[in-house]
Amino acid sequence: MTFMRSILGAAASLALIAGAASAEPAVIFDLGGKFDKSFNESAYTGAKRWAEKTGESFKEIEMQSEAQREQALRRLAEAGANPIVMTGFAFGNVLTEVAPDYPDTSFAIIDAVVEGPNIRSVIFSEHEGSYLVGTLAGEASKSGTVGFIGGMDIPLIRRFACGYAQGVLDVNPEATVLSNMTGTTPAAWNDPVKGSELTKAQISQGADVIYSAAGGTGVGVLQAAADADGVLSIGVDSNQNHLHPGKVLTSMVKRVDNAVEKAFDDGPGFETGVMVMGLDNEGVGYAMDENNGDIVDANWKAAADEAAKKIAAGELEVHDYYDDNACPYLQF
Amino acid sequence: MDFSTLIQILDSTLRLATPLLLACLAGLFSERSGIFDIGLEAKMLIAAFFSAAVAYDSGSVWLGLLAGIAASMVFAAIHGVASITFRGNQLISGVALNFLASGMTVLIAQNWFQQGGRTPSLLGKARFEPLTLPFADALKDVPILGPLYSDLLSGHSILVYVALLAVPASWWVLFRTRFGLRLRAVGENPAAVDTAGVSVIGLRYAAVAIAGLLCGIAGAYLATGLQAGFVKDMTAGRGYIALAALIFAKWRPWYALGACLLFGLLQALALRTDVVAAIFPFKMPVQLLDSLPYILTVVILAGFVGKAIPPRAGGEPYVKER
Repeated sequence: MTFMRSILGAAASLALIAGAASAEPAVIFDLGGKFDKSFNESAYTGAKRWAEKTGESFKEIEMQSEAQREQALRRLAEAGANPIVMTGFAFGNVLTEVAPDYPDTSFAIIDAVVEGPNIRSVIFSEHEGSYLVGTLAGEASKSGTVGFIGGMDIPLIRRFACGYAQGVLDVNPEATVLSNMTGTTPAAWNDPVKGSELTKAQISQGADVIYSAAGGTGVGVLQAAADADGVLSIGVDSNQNHLHPGKVLTSMVKRVDNAVEKAFDDGPGFETGVMVMGLDNEGVGYAMDENNGDIVDANWKAAADEAAKKIAAGELEVHDYYDDNACPYLQF
Repeated sequence: MDFSTLIQILDSTLRLATPLLLACLAGLFSERSGIFDIGLEAKMLIAAFFSAAVAYDSGSVWLGLLAGIAASMVFAAIHGVASITFRGNQLISGVALNFLASGMTVLIAQNWFQQGGRTPSLLGKARFEPLTLPFADALKDVPILGPLYSDLLSGHSILVYVALLAVPASWWVLFRTRFGLRLRAVGENPAAVDTAGVSVIGLRYAAVAIAGLLCGIAGAYLATGLQAGFVKDMTAGRGYIALAALIFAKWRPWYALGACLLFGLLQALALRTDVVAAIFPFKMPVQLLDSLPYILTVVILAGFVGKAIPPRAGGEPYVKER
């Protein structure tokens, strides 16, 4: 029995090694799954686009629990997948441990910076995308008051808020920007009830366009804005325009799909180090589709596109909260 | 701060206090019968999920409410079996349920809807609409009282009124009925109740079931009244604040109303940074407002303001023969 088992085991590993020769790229989806209508789905879209373009296939794993991260990463690396792209900063610690064991495999991690000779860290210029939706919010607001609702009060979210405020004030210097953070603990990412209440509070202070960068809390923000009369919301990360058609002004999108597609395109041994996805390489942007086509004026769009060009060309600088941990446009 | 701002804040207070109040009353019944219930959070969360999921699938919020209550009562039953029948540690059972609910809701939601552990947004009849009380529009222009009635009291979902009515109802059941007398007795001295020939086990199961019912309504209110759908861990610690409110209220229904409204007011104030800045002469951090419920509870527990004495037999499983 034991002998049989080891023979079977040997056969199985042979089969694995045989499969490895092709060096397919792989993508690991974080908790939340491939079809989360957000971050992971965007990564999947990018991988699929690459597959259709090249006619090749890729490996994929969906995380089901925290404990699987290292196992999944090692399994793909052992199976010869190369490069391996993972979505989400939660892989940071695991990758630090795993990457040195597979020096010939290229890893890419999205939304975190991990040091290593074979690791590409992809981060996004959220402040630039936020600036663009800020200009749209400043144009769309009739009351001259716009709102920002962040999730947990961390520098990343302040970076969103600061870019947004700058965008608003650049098109309407008289505007008032209200800013609230949901909380200071991770629970702030998943408190839609508080998100709704914050939205109602901002609406009663006169806000008529509200941008939420708050994860699950944002669901409550978008809902409360959609329920109120004459109030628009702005989604984040992925295109959330479809959640409440005609009520979501636009969404600040992080093009995770582009990052994944690029990593697959570059193939094994791609350039490592920190890769910043900004306006210059279509890493961030704002979403336009059939759901918000009627509410975004063509002139506003033209102005936003103009600003995007200037930022990409370096003519217009959007303040980055990371630079000095301060924001000249907004009091926190 | 003008009058309309005050009304807005009180309006928000009422919305935020409702889930706390229902959960607090749930804890009240359970703890008065001698069963500590740290799993209020779990019951609300599982109810929030099932109410949203069933309301979405069936298109009827009332079916959703029933499903939420049923799910919450199943959790209450697990807690009952563990801590009454098997005489397990009530705190451990409650904590275990909290973890179970947090993981299970996301898992089922992911499998059911494939939307990253949440339910799709509820539309139309699948969520509780605001209820306009009679004469609310007619009385709108009466000074002071008009806005109080038509803006503050009117225009909430029906579960808010259910929660408010649950306060006198709980008081009546606990302090004016034979069942209530026995239920309180079983939390103080179960042996005496047993000697009188009344089932301790039965009474405690009844109390735990009532707790399940109330938490079910609280969860359904979160997901289908305040929100239009379920999001992972959406109770966000409200079960624990309700426990703090219960201690603050010294295990009494009317005090519970006061405590929950106070905690709701603190939460509502924390949302209005402009008002906070106007009220306080110094810079008041909103985090302090958020943590005040817990600080106040500690103050009460430390005996600075009156004394909070829990039911004497609380936390101890009843053993008939020693």
